[in-house]
Amino acid sequence: MPDGNNSVVIENLVKQFGDFVAVDHINLEIRKGEVFGFLGPNGAGKSTTIRMLCGLLKPTSGRAQVAGYDVGSEPESVRQNIGYMSQKFSLYNDLKVIENIRLFAGLYSVPSDQLKERIEWALEMANLKGQENLITGTLPGGWKQRLALGCAVLHKPPIIFLDEPTSGVDPISRRQFWDLIHNMAEEGVTVFVTTHYMEEAEYCNRLALIFRGKMVALGTPSELKQKSMKGELLLVECAPLGNAVEVLQSAPGVMDAAVFGNALHLVVRDANAAVPQVKEYLSDHNITVGRIEKIHPSLEDVFVSLTTTRDSGKERKA
Amino acid sequence: MSFTRFLAVAKKEVVQILRDSRSLIIVLIMPVILVLLFGYGVNLDLKGLPVYVYDRDGSQQSQDLLKRFQASEYFNVVRVVNDYPALTRSLDDGHAKMGIVVPWDFSQRLHDGRSAQIQALVDGSDDNTANILIGYAQAVVQGYSSDIQLQWLRDRGQVVQPAAVSVETRTWYNEDLESSAFIVPGVLALVMSVIGAFLTSLTIAREWERGTMEQLISTPVTPLEIMLGKLVPYFTIGMFDVIVCALIAIYWFQVPFRGSFLTLLVSSALFMVVVLSLGFFISVIAGSQLAASQMALLITFLPAFLLSGFLYSIEQMPIILQWITRVLPARYYVSVLKKIFLKGTPTALLYVDLVPLAVFALVLALLATHSFHKRLV
Repeated sequence: MPDGNNSVVIENLVKQFGDFVAVDHINLEIRKGEVFGFLGPNGAGKSTTIRMLCGLLKPTSGRAQVAGYDVGSEPESVRQNIGYMSQKFSLYNDLKVIENIRLFAGLYSVPSDQLKERIEWALEMANLKGQENLITGTLPGGWKQRLALGCAVLHKPPIIFLDEPTSGVDPISRRQFWDLIHNMAEEGVTVFVTTHYMEEAEYCNRLALIFRGKMVALGTPSELKQKSMKGELLLVECAPLGNAVEVLQSAPGVMDAAVFGNALHLVVRDANAAVPQVKEYLSDHNITVGRIEKIHPSLEDVFVSLTTTRDSGKERKA
Repeated sequence: MSFTRFLAVAKKEVVQILRDSRSLIIVLIMPVILVLLFGYGVNLDLKGLPVYVYDRDGSQQSQDLLKRFQASEYFNVVRVVNDYPALTRSLDDGHAKMGIVVPWDFSQRLHDGRSAQIQALVDGSDDNTANILIGYAQAVVQGYSSDIQLQWLRDRGQVVQPAAVSVETRTWYNEDLESSAFIVPGVLALVMSVIGAFLTSLTIAREWERGTMEQLISTPVTPLEIMLGKLVPYFTIGMFDVIVCALIAIYWFQVPFRGSFLTLLVSSALFMVVVLSLGFFISVIAGSQLAASQMALLITFLPAFLLSGFLYSIEQMPIILQWITRVLPARYYVSVLKKIFLKGTPTALLYVDLVPLAVFALVLALLATHSFHKRLV
């Protein structure tokens, strides 16, 4: 069983495919009952990490313990204690809903005296009561995801790993899915979830920002927003936007400028001092300035700020 | 090994087979079609070969000779033509396999006691058929010729003695020399290669391709449970098909069945383990369904078809091919089948085939068990 209060302990975890370092010395401790988010762009190493934690990939070096078992040497014990939902929907599309549930109940050896209750529970949770005999492949995306989650937790695992569980699912279903995740966390289940949706990251208790195999920040969403920015943030409404971004890149006191929707976000050292300077600078360059004010950074701002400093300009593939 | 998990995989596999119309067709209809196809379609007996004749003599004697050709079950005189070009054309366009020309002086020469000749033009594009055809034609003419000699002697008041030496032939095992009796038992090997190797070669590859394998191996299920769960349903189907095919052979094609049914089941089970293990192994290493099906075809179906002795006798193959057949499990199974069906060889004498088959089954089953791992990389 986990030592102390940690469900997952990761030490210097590395995964290399040939020359490519997919996961680069990651260290983490995840507490029991936590909803832990792994946030990063596609190809950052999120899925590789989660697969190592589920015992599906052998780490190149480093160690990881899940539910107290080493993923490298005791993968079968790890699998008894986890539920896993892979990135791609991977229940059997040609089986009926109930057949998929029964299959996984069998694979997880759910005891026969609990079987009926667990199946009922899964159907209820996936909102598929009365739809047991539908062919799984015909279900809408959001239902499929809920069914996949239901199947992954039939054996009441203490830890569940969800790899981009909501990709390709409509916003309402996504919201419902996160309600399910929180319900489980309230019952003491540890949830490790990867996502590249910034707004979803806000639902997590703690977050790790991962970029090119490296963990670039760790903390609660609000900690990250407060501490990880290397300056303050200004929102600037102006026209034309394109020109303004270019001009402001070289403006004095501006550390970074990026387009967010129909406005600009500027990273500056001191917001209050920068407001008049930016106004004046833009007017000098024949750019009309509308609203300009200090704002609180979003996770996206944090992420952009943390990754652009590391970005040497070349793209890297997954 | 947990029986619950094995059963979960096996149930799933059965549902998937039953729900997929293509695999159902392969499982239920294909074996019957193969048996019927080979029972009726592949006929190595040459009977009723089409013959054109050009009778330039038009005498009683020439008609007698041609009637003998017509009376033979091997020939069918389809047309009498009146010029040489028509005869050559019939060979060119394939309407005739043989053209017979009786020369204008045929009856005259016989009458004079001289030797007469007829010409036979044979389509030699299929050398095997041509050889057999020439043999049959010579036999017909030989018979006619000796009858004429006997008649000539009788006419001169001589006592006719029977031939000094003659061969009394008795054919054993396949008394009527029906080629269906030779071929149909071997179809079982073909059917099992398809069911066993071809269908199972798809099962693992399909799971990787669809991404379901990743979910499957994230559960506590063991590789052995996955393998057995997948193969046991196919084993059952394969044995069912063997029995169906054997019944069709015995009751529809009247192929004699002289051995023990139990030995048939045991040897079929051994061969089933061989092809299932091969199919599973291929599926693990192939990675995609397309590659798997092609490998299965190449490794199991083609050898079973060409080199097992099913259609072509191994003794007549070049020596190198004969050596290659020794490492083909299908060879031993086909050999057992032919012995059980036609000869009724006692099981104790079948060890020459059953022992190699059992060794193959064991080795390949172990290979399959060790080929599959639950890790992605």
